[in-house]
Amino acid sequence: MREITIGQFYPADSVLHRLDPRVKLVGTFAFLVSLFVGSGIVAYAIATVFLAIVIKLSKVPFKMIMKGLKAIIIVLLITVSFNLFLTDGEIIFKLGFLKITKEGVSIAFFMALRLIYLVIGASLMTLTTTPNDLTDGLESVLGPLKKIKVPVHEIAMMMSIALRFIPILMEETDRIMKAQKARGADFESGNLIDKAKAMVPLLVPLFISAFRRANDLAMAMEARCYRGGEGRTKMKPLHYEQRDRNAYMILVAYLVIMIVAGRIF
Amino acid sequence: MIKAKNVVYEYQKYDEEGNVCETKRAVDGVELDVKKGDFVAILGHNGSGKSTLAKHINALLLPNDGEVWVAGMNTKEEAHVWDIRQSAGMVFQNPDNQIIGTVVEEDVGFGPENMGVPTEEIWTRVEEALKAVGMYKYRKHSPNRLSGGQKQRVAIAGVVAMHPQCIILDEPTAMLDPNGRKEVIRAVRALNIVEDMTVLLITHYMEEVVHADKVIVMDEGKVVMQGTPKEIFSRVEELKAYRLDVPQVTLLAYELKKKGLPLSDGILTIEELVNELCQLN
Repeated sequence: MREITIGQFYPADSVLHRLDPRVKLVGTFAFLVSLFVGSGIVAYAIATVFLAIVIKLSKVPFKMIMKGLKAIIIVLLITVSFNLFLTDGEIIFKLGFLKITKEGVSIAFFMALRLIYLVIGASLMTLTTTPNDLTDGLESVLGPLKKIKVPVHEIAMMMSIALRFIPILMEETDRIMKAQKARGADFESGNLIDKAKAMVPLLVPLFISAFRRANDLAMAMEARCYRGGEGRTKMKPLHYEQRDRNAYMILVAYLVIMIVAGRIF
Repeated sequence: MIKAKNVVYEYQKYDEEGNVCETKRAVDGVELDVKKGDFVAILGHNGSGKSTLAKHINALLLPNDGEVWVAGMNTKEEAHVWDIRQSAGMVFQNPDNQIIGTVVEEDVGFGPENMGVPTEEIWTRVEEALKAVGMYKYRKHSPNRLSGGQKQRVAIAGVVAMHPQCIILDEPTAMLDPNGRKEVIRAVRALNIVEDMTVLLITHYMEEVVHADKVIVMDEGKVVMQGTPKEIFSRVEELKAYRLDVPQVTLLAYELKKKGLPLSDGILTIEELVNELCQLN
């Protein structure tokens, strides 16, 4: 449970860390789009080079980035095998009802690459951005959605509160588990279903306590004059600097190259 | 500063059909008058209605009967709710459940942000508030790594940064160890003495009220005793009847006096008792 790596920040002093969170959010999105717009060997070569440079700039150890891939191994295997065996075309290998086609190999390869790059791109963002910056950036990037009544500020607030309470609730789970173990509860033995069943008496007190905490927190927030996003000022407002503008330019250039590369080759 | 007139508050219990089956009077006809710069302590055991009363002063609860004024504003007037919450800051019992920010300084800045204070002023306020409670060097820390006493001091700083005229502490030390309790009480006293902040401390620890200007004892929703700590603590038998523990020194002095030693009433600190005992010879 303690090894959740999603959203884990890796502290370092790099250009990528110093970038405005909005740039990184938009950049990640642009990178994801580019993976779907660009196709073919050349486009992916460009994407690979771009990603390699960004990883180098981020000063995050390559191992840390690879950790994020563990979570998608199963998804990756399923996608690859489906594409590999179920695509029609020029057969190059056949065993019983299984057949591998030339097109299948190429689609499976690019699909796998796309997925891996997607995850690396997204985890690079969370590795180089503190959760606070991320929620601030999200609130600002999604700001225009307020016009169509999307509660952007509330969503960002919920995210940051959730992030703050994850370690507290983890600790609480630990405590409840120990208390129940002391009274003879068994969480370890038995098969998967038995283990899942043993978790139920854990979840009930955890939920009750979470609701109580939520109630307390809501009262504390009201006592400190919280009344939604309107009329609020920011302690740490976001400012674009020259490097952020440069980063946007690079992003646009990269996107254009990817589109062109995808069209020509 | 704070005035309460005949405040009554009732909790209602509902049965399964949603009908009122039981009403419990948590606060029953309380009168309160706190002057600017005062340090007032409200004592009472669990369920005496002291926390419920505290929530009235912040307009989190509204009285069923009677009225509460904070800095000249009636809590019943909805237009004043935010002004009241800003002038009467509130610190709660559980330190974990009232810290909103993921970094200490951001949490302290939360109140001023809500009030719409300009960015530069937020920073100066946060700095001042953290220095006032002695937590400035922890400003970049995550609240999760702090001790209970430190968390509670951060919570106090969060209220101080809103520049309130008075600060209400609802059992701020109930979940802390003895060291944490000392830290918090020291910070509160410093605010009262140095910043001349009006303080309303709600607690059931008798040691914490020794330095208060005025002590109010509550039981079953009513104010049953009122006076200076010395006056209150000289009435040991009465306090025991309200299920409150007298500080050890006071109890010792009281027992000695009962045995015939000529000691004065309501001794509060060890030094006082030592002084008196030395003068006996």
